[in-house]
Amino acid sequence: MIILSILFMPLAGAFVLGLYGHRPWAFAANIGFSAATAVATAVMTARVLAHGPFLALHDQAFVDPFNVFLVDLTAFVTLTTAVFSRAYMHIESHMGRLTAGRLRLYHSMFQLFALTMLVALLTNNIGILWVAMEGATLSTTLLVSLYRTPASLEAAWKYFILCGVGIALALFGTIMLYFSAHALIGGQASLLWTDLDRVRTRLDPTIVGVAFAFLLLGYGTKVGLVPVHNWLPDAHAEGPTPISAVLSGLLLNVALYAVVRFQVLADGSLRDRWPNQLMMAFGLLSVLVAAFSLARQRDIKRLLSYSSIEHMGLATFAFGMGGPIAIFAALLHMTVHSLTKSSLFFSGGHIAQKTGTQRIDQIQGLLGRNPAMGWAFMLGTLAILGTPPFGVFTSEFLILTVAIHKEPWALPFLAVGLGVAFAALFGRMQAMVFGETRVPKAPAPTSLWPSFLHLALVLTLGLAIPPALSRWYTAAARLLGH
Amino acid sequence: MPLFAQITNLLAALFLLVAFAMLAQRRIVHLINLYALQGGILALSIVAVGYGTHQESLYLSAALNGLLKVIVIPLILYRLVRRLGLAWNRENLLRVPTLLLVGLVLNIFAFDVALPIAHLAGTINRDTFGIALASVLLSLLMMIVRTTALTQVLGFLSLENGLIFAATSVTYGMPMMVELGIALDVIVGVFILGVFFFHIREEFDSLDLHRFDRHEE
Repeated sequence: MIILSILFMPLAGAFVLGLYGHRPWAFAANIGFSAATAVATAVMTARVLAHGPFLALHDQAFVDPFNVFLVDLTAFVTLTTAVFSRAYMHIESHMGRLTAGRLRLYHSMFQLFALTMLVALLTNNIGILWVAMEGATLSTTLLVSLYRTPASLEAAWKYFILCGVGIALALFGTIMLYFSAHALIGGQASLLWTDLDRVRTRLDPTIVGVAFAFLLLGYGTKVGLVPVHNWLPDAHAEGPTPISAVLSGLLLNVALYAVVRFQVLADGSLRDRWPNQLMMAFGLLSVLVAAFSLARQRDIKRLLSYSSIEHMGLATFAFGMGGPIAIFAALLHMTVHSLTKSSLFFSGGHIAQKTGTQRIDQIQGLLGRNPAMGWAFMLGTLAILGTPPFGVFTSEFLILTVAIHKEPWALPFLAVGLGVAFAALFGRMQAMVFGETRVPKAPAPTSLWPSFLHLALVLTLGLAIPPALSRWYTAAARLLGH
Repeated sequence: MPLFAQITNLLAALFLLVAFAMLAQRRIVHLINLYALQGGILALSIVAVGYGTHQESLYLSAALNGLLKVIVIPLILYRLVRRLGLAWNRENLLRVPTLLLVGLVLNIFAFDVALPIAHLAGTINRDTFGIALASVLLSLLMMIVRTTALTQVLGFLSLENGLIFAATSVTYGMPMMVELGIALDVIVGVFILGVFFFHIREEFDSLDLHRFDRHEE
């Protein structure tokens, strides 16, 4: 019941806003529907805290320690993004960049996108997971090209075709997995993750090997793993900033969640650490390529999206290493990256809006012109770079510690990747935040508090992880590593 | 060999032949015809398998696939090319014989990979799995070599046909709920593309993807 009500809120929102999304009250209604979703997830979380994990809807949906915190994170970031979107899109529509039709589309698809992510996280059926992931691509394609500029149309096309092919490969992997379990379980149940997990040691290794290769490549496209990451910087840079924030902060997490679910099954069947090695290789390559690409970026939103590729690569690498501490660190990293990156997109979006450009070399002296904006961006960058005491430091420190013990060969690559990324981002941030400015002071936008709220949470996670969250991480690590 | 097994094998061979024809076809209207034909063959082969195994749910799946891929999507695409005025456009396609040879190599590769896997399946039509994999690879090749947005999408749609064919050959298709979900995604995707093409044309005056500006990395 509670799961249905979680899914009902964004669905109702998509319908209502699809009809009335251009009205002045639609901005507030968008927040309202997101808040209702967040309340429903809070009720579900309370139930999980009291009674533990459960299956629902004839075993088609489930909540376990691995997805419960991701559902909460998704609902929370969707809500804060809706708050940010209210101020941001108000300004955009005043600047005449949006017609009534486009505003309706935007609000409706924002809710639909939230729905597809929640379905993907909550479903126990790997077929429905696939449908939801494809739905997430479809609902955001037209949002990437919302401004109808040539660059945004190209970005949306790339996004649609590359993610479409990726997701088609994932469908092939899903079919193969279904096939491998068909003889053992039979019928509908061979698509249920919990049933697959029960028989995973008896699945045929040949078929599961092929299936996992396709699934990793397919869902990996959506995670933004190198070499199938080309769509990501374009899609994140050209769409409206609230969409960049949820794409970067949430969708990448959901795609990685899918990959990890399948990694567990493949591990059980193959038992030769081949899936782990594959994930480590993809992860390491992503960290390195993204770090060196960061140094060449001139656009503030592209800079942030390459940083997302780097961090997703790091989390993938950690999942690949396996073991309770590495998985704990990877889960923490997903959480803090999501919060920090969306915070950075909030402040970065306002910066681009106020200065009228996304080009880094034309932005200067933010602290002098608008202290709140400058501080939000500076603290966000410091947090994403893994400086203590922010939460990203904790997770990166844990990942590196495990790497020293388990995979010492990877350490030089990780050190180079993180070092280059640090130099590139820190240098760019300094140039934007400090320095002289001749432009007079501008009033601070009212919607910067979600940005600071996220940073405060990341700081809290860096100082002390709440016991409930830490218990979930530990339980999830046990679930994924057994 | 029982009759229906021969029929499924014949249909599978036709399926592959259409995949090759799509690779080499230059005119957009003919390409859509071929797509509809491929969808029809897919639906018929699902019916044949359903008849052979007495599974009623397969008839439903065949009806769904037939309705979508023989009628709805081709009609949308015809309307689209008429309104965009590219029905009789010829696409420049370099070196068709080379392309077909590459397709042949992909075919051999697909059969080589598929053989040990298909062996594990308990279905009556497991020999067609190689063909399904081959047509998936051919569709991917088509997407790589085509340069206009519309033909790339046809490659994508034919890729999806190949995937459904693969599912039929190793497990008699996916459960109904999932098939409905896939069908929903495909139809929504085609609608979005329809909207999208007009936007691209407004901005670029062409659906040729080479006109997209080269943006910096």
